[in-house]
Amino acid sequence: MEERLILESIERYIRGEMLPEERKFFEDLRKSNPGIDQMVVEHTVFLNLIEKYGNRKNVKSTLQDVHNELFETGQIKQSKETKVVRLWLKYRKVVAVAASIAGITALAISGLTSYYTPRVPNTRLENLDRKISMLANGQKNIIDKINKTTQVKVPVEPDFKRGGTGFMVDPKGYLVTNAHVIGNSTVVIVQNNKGQEFTAKIVYVSPNSDLAFLKIVDSEFKASTVLPYAISKGNIELGEAIFTLGYPRDEIVYGEGYLSAKTGYSGDTLACQIAIAANPGNSGGPVIDKTGEVIGVLSNKLSQAQGEVFALRSKNIFSALEEMKADTSLATIRPTQVSNVKNLDRVQQIKKIQDFIYLVKSY
Amino acid sequence: MWACMDYFGNRQKLLLSLLHFQLGYDSLLSVLNKAGVTTDSNEQGLLKGLAANDRKAIETIYRVHYSMIQTLVINNNGTSDDARDIFQEAIIVLYEKAKSGSFELHAQLKTYIYAVSRRLWLKKLVQSQRFSGDLANAPETIATEDDVEIYEHRTEDFELMERALLNLGEPCKELLESYYLRKKNMSEIAKEFGYTNADNAKNQKYKCLMRLKKIFFGHYNNSL
Repeated sequence: MEERLILESIERYIRGEMLPEERKFFEDLRKSNPGIDQMVVEHTVFLNLIEKYGNRKNVKSTLQDVHNELFETGQIKQSKETKVVRLWLKYRKVVAVAASIAGITALAISGLTSYYTPRVPNTRLENLDRKISMLANGQKNIIDKINKTTQVKVPVEPDFKRGGTGFMVDPKGYLVTNAHVIGNSTVVIVQNNKGQEFTAKIVYVSPNSDLAFLKIVDSEFKASTVLPYAISKGNIELGEAIFTLGYPRDEIVYGEGYLSAKTGYSGDTLACQIAIAANPGNSGGPVIDKTGEVIGVLSNKLSQAQGEVFALRSKNIFSALEEMKADTSLATIRPTQVSNVKNLDRVQQIKKIQDFIYLVKSY
Repeated sequence: MWACMDYFGNRQKLLLSLLHFQLGYDSLLSVLNKAGVTTDSNEQGLLKGLAANDRKAIETIYRVHYSMIQTLVINNNGTSDDARDIFQEAIIVLYEKAKSGSFELHAQLKTYIYAVSRRLWLKKLVQSQRFSGDLANAPETIATEDDVEIYEHRTEDFELMERALLNLGEPCKELLESYYLRKKNMSEIAKEFGYTNADNAKNQKYKCLMRLKKIFFGHYNNSL
């Protein structure tokens, strides 16, 4: 009872409901009695807190009321964002991260794949036989055939399929050329630098060494007694000056260069590398050194690189001839071994040699 | 007139914020503040109304500013429920400042509400680890850190009192709320609660009050 009265007095005191005299009395009591003073302080704090509690509670309920009312009357609207948009907003970071990871993974995989894939060399050997003029010539020849009834030496088809160069290894009419110039043709026409055409017979094809031997079997052909050049059996030297004669077009073309490596494409010891301008049609042409000795048969070049031309070493001619002897009972071919043009200058050499270089057309 | 002006302002800001998105909005607000745009008399009136828990004033504030906060919260990983909570908390911050009397708003009401909401939402994001970083990069328009800190301190007291009252149970809770919150006098309360006289009611109130204080200060002193 006593304490209740004291507390009620304290409340009245805090609220300022006391009369001045009573207030003075209470303040004196507060000063003299620390217990009461302590109660006053504590109760002030409490009343303050409960007041604030009440106020906030009221405002909260008003706010909630207002919120509900405004929503119901449509004066404020729920954000128009749909669920999808909200999900997107929520997860766009995740999506971005996932997408980047996917992208990086894809790049990494493709990178690794290309890194570990065995490299296919894109430098391939290109045989230097002439197929390019095939179509144009074919058309021309068909028209010619229709127009003229002149008997040409071409048997059935007038358009040749492949073309290359060949040179004589035996004055009796034996020619050597690349096997790929002949391909699997059965009919071969050769043409000399004066434009005369002769029928030739395929004597022997050595696909291993990519060489083929032909014999001119035409009655118009007049065999000569001796060849101006020799076929070399000996070694070759780096840097040796060489030249070639061939038919990249219908006219005989001279080209010169040097021996750049003793082996051919990817270490092929049967061939050698030369630096010379060579074009389709040069295949089968002789590679001749300055003394007039044939040291090789021009055969192919790297398709992607400039000036890397390969020639079969002339030794192959001899080994192919050996093969042929064992295989067939045909007359033997005896390549000349002495050069007649050793001490002549280049122009004179060519003058003598060019008559023995033929354009080979296979059908 | 006021609504008209505000509508015009809103439109302009909306257009600009479309250009600058959120950062632009913030910087626009700060430009407005630097330009010395202070609260006009209408806003002062609104604050007074808010301090008095005037429903009309609260409704006006709600109507004008709610959608801004809703956009802010939803654009930063929140839901519309989050938006409602954040907006109401911001209004309570404003209310308690207005109530204290010493409050002078040096910025537009809009700016203040935006800044407080932004800070509150940022805190909530950090707490729930949904924090994305976008919001923190937005420049702060006006300093509201102290206000928010005071608010949080008071929120602790509020929750403590709420829990203490709940623990108290009926009819003590109702009796004390009638007296201290609804400011009813003791004879009214005696009638309402069926006590024979005011003195009985006072006796009962005293007992309840002592229990509440015991519960409340038990936690209050612990939490201090």
